[in-house]
Amino acid sequence: MLASRTLVGSARIASRSSQSIRCYASASPTAAFGGKKNSNGNYTVTLIPGDGIGPEISESVKDIYSAAKVPIEWEEVSVTPVLKGGKTVIPDAAINSVKKNTVALKGPLATPIGKGHVSLNLTLRRTFNLFANVRPCVSVKGFKTPYDDVNTVLIRENTEGEYSGIEHEVVDGVVQSIKLITWDASERVARYAFNYAQSTGRKRVTAVHKANIMKMSDGMFLSACRQVAKDFPQITYDEDLLDRACLQIVTNPKPFSDRVMVMPNLYGDILSDMCAGLIGGLGLTPSGNIGRDASIFEAVHGSAPDIAGKGLANPTALLLSSLMMLRHMNLNEYADKIEKAALTTIAEGKHITGDLGGKASTKEYTSTIIDKLSKA
Amino acid sequence: MLRNVLPNIARPALQSRAATTLSAGLAGVTQRTSAKKYGGIYTVTLIPGDGIGAEITDSVKEIFKHVNAPIEWEQYNVSGMSSEGEELFKQAVESLRRNKVGLKGILFTPISQSGHVSWNVAMRQQLDIYASLVLCKSLPGVPTRHKDVDFAIIRENTEGEYSGLEHQSYPGVVESLKVSTRAKAERISRFAFDFALKNNRKKVTCVHKANIMKLGDGLFLNTFRRVAEEYKSSGIEYNDMIVDNTSMQLVARPTQFDVMVMPNLYGAIVSNIGAALVGGPGIVPGCNVGTEYALFEPGCRHVAEDIKGTNRANPAAMILSSTMMLRHLGLDNLANNIASATFGVVNGGKVRTADMGGSATTSDFTAAVIKNLS
Repeated sequence: MLASRTLVGSARIASRSSQSIRCYASASPTAAFGGKKNSNGNYTVTLIPGDGIGPEISESVKDIYSAAKVPIEWEEVSVTPVLKGGKTVIPDAAINSVKKNTVALKGPLATPIGKGHVSLNLTLRRTFNLFANVRPCVSVKGFKTPYDDVNTVLIRENTEGEYSGIEHEVVDGVVQSIKLITWDASERVARYAFNYAQSTGRKRVTAVHKANIMKMSDGMFLSACRQVAKDFPQITYDEDLLDRACLQIVTNPKPFSDRVMVMPNLYGDILSDMCAGLIGGLGLTPSGNIGRDASIFEAVHGSAPDIAGKGLANPTALLLSSLMMLRHMNLNEYADKIEKAALTTIAEGKHITGDLGGKASTKEYTSTIIDKLSKA
Repeated sequence: MLRNVLPNIARPALQSRAATTLSAGLAGVTQRTSAKKYGGIYTVTLIPGDGIGAEITDSVKEIFKHVNAPIEWEQYNVSGMSSEGEELFKQAVESLRRNKVGLKGILFTPISQSGHVSWNVAMRQQLDIYASLVLCKSLPGVPTRHKDVDFAIIRENTEGEYSGLEHQSYPGVVESLKVSTRAKAERISRFAFDFALKNNRKKVTCVHKANIMKLGDGLFLNTFRRVAEEYKSSGIEYNDMIVDNTSMQLVARPTQFDVMVMPNLYGAIVSNIGAALVGGPGIVPGCNVGTEYALFEPGCRHVAEDIKGTNRANPAAMILSSTMMLRHLGLDNLANNIASATFGVVNGGKVRTADMGGSATTSDFTAAVIKNLS
């Protein structure tokens, strides 16, 4: 039962056998994990605890991982921007760590307010070519929302589109913002989506678009998807208008549990949060950014400065994101075990945090999960 | 009952008209002499559109005939299924220019690059019908997952992502231009506040993505805030929300919204989410208004090619949109009669079309509305 409602699948693309032939992996166009165990038999993973509640929820994940004996060693780094040559940049130590380990887990970052700051998330995305954002949303038993049958996977192009950042004011009061769509980026994310569908047992890939209006840009996105679809004859490919997709998911999300949706940047941004809304918000939804040079798994909720340091934060989103990471690293059994413990804890509802309607502290919630792990 | 569609006796009259106006800044056409009227009969352009359009406009025609509405239709069966309809499309636009008022279904737009541009969009741009108004309200007779939803979506209709300006700067690299102007942001913001004022709404929310599109959506947001200042003394609250968060909030806590105003593309997303919350495109009415022209069409713009010709479509959205048109023409009594009859059928729960979980046909629904007329 739990296996069938797996939150996330591995990003494993090549079969194990072909992986053993390759001597290095991250150059793969589909970004399969190619990390090596260290001398202790563990993988090293970069941990970016983040701001606000970030350190608390990271602590919770670390505790659960040691209890589950996951073969991972954390390398903690800070991404607090530093001044370098007059610009604010991410510290080299953090970049080198992620580059070396090719996998990172990241807590929420506070967005610096004021001019001149490039968003840290955007910088990370660019630095590591994080081209695909994977956002699965599964109804969590024990947390009641008007929807109890959600099981969607959405893959969002992460590098271009409406977020190209190319804008200018032509004359006073007239602004042009450029949505940039390239064949290469569209093809790359489409290929990842098909691979993801294949490796997680979903039978269908749906491209969500607005090509009736944006005929050239979204049109090219679609042609890239169609082209890739030819390489995956066992997976059904179809297309849906953005309008229709919104209408249908919100009316009844159930039919979407058989497929992976893939779409350009802005649509993905909006729809992934919409799907998160169906199951109860960003506190329960994991997210993974798959890149050419590295992959970063993160909690997409805010840093909640109002409850930071009080021990009240809900670590579920970060924990579920870390499970996506484990599956990306082909450590599925650990992921399944921890997922089961966490979801049962929420379903029982006795030791859940305030945002889920409970009274438990982060520590109580964490230790309940650890208890279940030890009994399993 | 949709606030805008039904008379509102209990609500304090903000102006002399007994019923709420269809939309702000839009006096009844009778006061403006612009709509074409011969011998007490208004001429209205009718474009049934593709998909279920013919069926649901037939329903309106039948009801209008029954109440002897002083409306003469100038009908154009334009179809967007192929580019051949272009000549007829031009005639329809000309007819709208003459009559100022129209009732319309949705025209199909091909996805292929060789296909024609969206005529729905072309019409809005050519006639500068800049404001789209969609009303989403939970109806007791329609089973949905959410209760007590009641908000209005006001969407800029003529620019933004729908500019139609695209080019391939290099093979495999396409740029699509989103055009945002202060003038259009200003008039749509003002429309939203006027609408809120006249319909006794409490709050206006600006939906945007100014954190990413700092210039484009930034212009929209800043203009909105500036316009809001002008309405300060009216007591209407205002706030703004990023579009991704809005989508999440809509499906989780939809009752927090009242009037929403946004650029074009977000309007497509939000109105579909809104429609899904209250029971689907079959019951969500809407209209498009400019300074000179008003075009009434279902709020949630779906062609519904899949159920075309099966007599299964729910005509309620189209009927309600047509009552908004009647009210716009100053024919309030007629509008109220038809609207009450329609809500009576919807909430009565006996005659339900497939989208409402029943098995009644479009004709059954129409007949029930006619029977319910006073």
